[in-house]
Amino acid sequence: MTAARQRPLAVVSVLLLLAALALPLFPFVDNYVVSVLVVALFAAYFGQAWNIVTGFAGQLSLGHALYVGLGAYVAGALFFHWGVPPWLGMLAGMASAASAGALIAALSFRFRVGGVYFALLTIAFAEFTRILFDHFPWVGATSGLYLPVSNLAHDDLLRLRGSPLMFYYVLLAMTLGGLALSRHLLGRRIGYYWQAIREDEEAAQALGIDVFRYKVWAMALSAGMTAIGGALLAFYDNVLFPDTAFAIGRSVEIITAPIIGGLGTLAGPLVGAVALTVLGEVTTRLGSGLAIDGLKQWLFGAALLLVVALQPAGLWPWLRSRLGIGNDRR
Amino acid sequence: MIYLNVIVAGLLTGAVYGLMALGLSVIFGVIRIVNFAHGEMMVLAMYGAVVLNRWAGLDPLAALPLVTLALFIAGYALQRGFLNRYIARPDHEQFLLLLALATVLTASLLIAFGPDARSVSLSYAYDSYEVGALLLDKVRVLAAGGAVAGAAALWAFFRFSRTGKAIRACADNQTGAQVVGLDVRRLYAVTFGIGAACVGAAGCLLLLLIDVEPYIAADYTLLAFIIVILGGLGSMPGALLGGLLVGVAEALAGFVLEPSLKSAFSFALLILVLLARPQGLLGRR
Repeated sequence: MTAARQRPLAVVSVLLLLAALALPLFPFVDNYVVSVLVVALFAAYFGQAWNIVTGFAGQLSLGHALYVGLGAYVAGALFFHWGVPPWLGMLAGMASAASAGALIAALSFRFRVGGVYFALLTIAFAEFTRILFDHFPWVGATSGLYLPVSNLAHDDLLRLRGSPLMFYYVLLAMTLGGLALSRHLLGRRIGYYWQAIREDEEAAQALGIDVFRYKVWAMALSAGMTAIGGALLAFYDNVLFPDTAFAIGRSVEIITAPIIGGLGTLAGPLVGAVALTVLGEVTTRLGSGLAIDGLKQWLFGAALLLVVALQPAGLWPWLRSRLGIGNDRR
Repeated sequence: MIYLNVIVAGLLTGAVYGLMALGLSVIFGVIRIVNFAHGEMMVLAMYGAVVLNRWAGLDPLAALPLVTLALFIAGYALQRGFLNRYIARPDHEQFLLLLALATVLTASLLIAFGPDARSVSLSYAYDSYEVGALLLDKVRVLAAGGAVAGAAALWAFFRFSRTGKAIRACADNQTGAQVVGLDVRRLYAVTFGIGAACVGAAGCLLLLLIDVEPYIAADYTLLAFIIVILGGLGSMPGALLGGLLVGVAEALAGFVLEPSLKSAFSFALLILVLLARPQGLLGRR
């Protein structure tokens, strides 16, 4: 890892960042392009959050939709019923999701539920909560929670009412924040503990690491981060249904980007999110061009199958070694 | 008395669930791969039975041996030609791989048959037997009978046949099995074939009870998971017991509470069992 090998990566990153910031200046950028980029950024942000518990700490969670849904519903319902400002509601959502994550992790790890069993337990909690919200009239149950939309002439960042471009910048900031946080954590004691637990839990325990505590921390942190994205999603979509907010399909979406990009790497969730969004756009175009039901899903599934079968470590590690940049672990 | 009727109907449906979950349990117990395309494979089998019914006028029960055989071959080929390469990979890679496979399967069915529900028309669909005060639907009795016969055949296969014993040896100790000269990769392929055959048979039987559409697949994958975790992942009697339990729990929850709450009940049961007894009711660690 020499400075000279790092330099091209730094240059490319800065150029990409500048391009991302100057987005509205590009001639081909319209509302559609912005909305596609918002989807990509959501995937990148959620992927980063999930990457902490599964990529860094090695605990496979397949139920992260639970924390998206909690963040979205807590912030959305507080706003809807009592007019609580979105950013405050977001904090409340984050706190409840972090507690839920910590509780689920503590229960699982205290009872020594690990590996595949832990993964299935996270699905069970998410599905159970989804069905509870289906029968929870205070948040609209199955008919959904509709947030009031106001037609403002300009973006209102404090109340999170505005154009897709505003959400694009908010998400860009959050994704960069997530990246910085992930990088910071990886370089700290807790990050090394997580990686030790991921590689060999018994050895980590033998070295005196409080394995239980750090696994619970990873889950709580990841859940809290996910919920912030969930709250933002609530104000972006303006409508919430339990069957989409808590859907197992959303959990799958969340984990797909980091795995495709490169699990446990810093740039993996970003690379995966971009690749998946491009893939999604291409398959949608092809699928709707031929007007065949299911063709889009088929192409998407087949492409996913190819990537996982051929590049199981992810696109980013492959890309990095092809271009000869960066260090090996990140 | 009405409760007894509901419970018995739940038990009969649960037997079919049990056979379906048995396939998942066998695959995990031996290959240690969690088959996230399980429900999708079953829905594929159900469409196979629908097609045989439309074109050849076959009753799902008559189509069962054909569909089961086809699924066995497909499962064998999938494991032999593809999945064998990924058996030593981390959980998340296998998960995404099988999930992608499931996506392709569901999308293929969607392309071939469209999103509408398909069913087979049976002359005996509304027949029932009266046993004392019990009223038993004929389709349910047939389906449960088929499931029990399938499970018994599987038990006999693992108990008495040379291949069955060899597979059990693989499950107990993979390295040991290799040392004594067993072709582990071929046995894995046979095992996945058997798991697929189980869902093939279960799919035909379930077609007697419900309509089929592509999107029900994911629900049945989850259902199979709930059942095998309840009974103990890798335990064959456990899968059957789990199937019966879930069948009854669903029937009762659908009857006493709201039908839409019935899967919440199953998930709550799953969470309790995982925390209290992670190896499942009949499993061992």
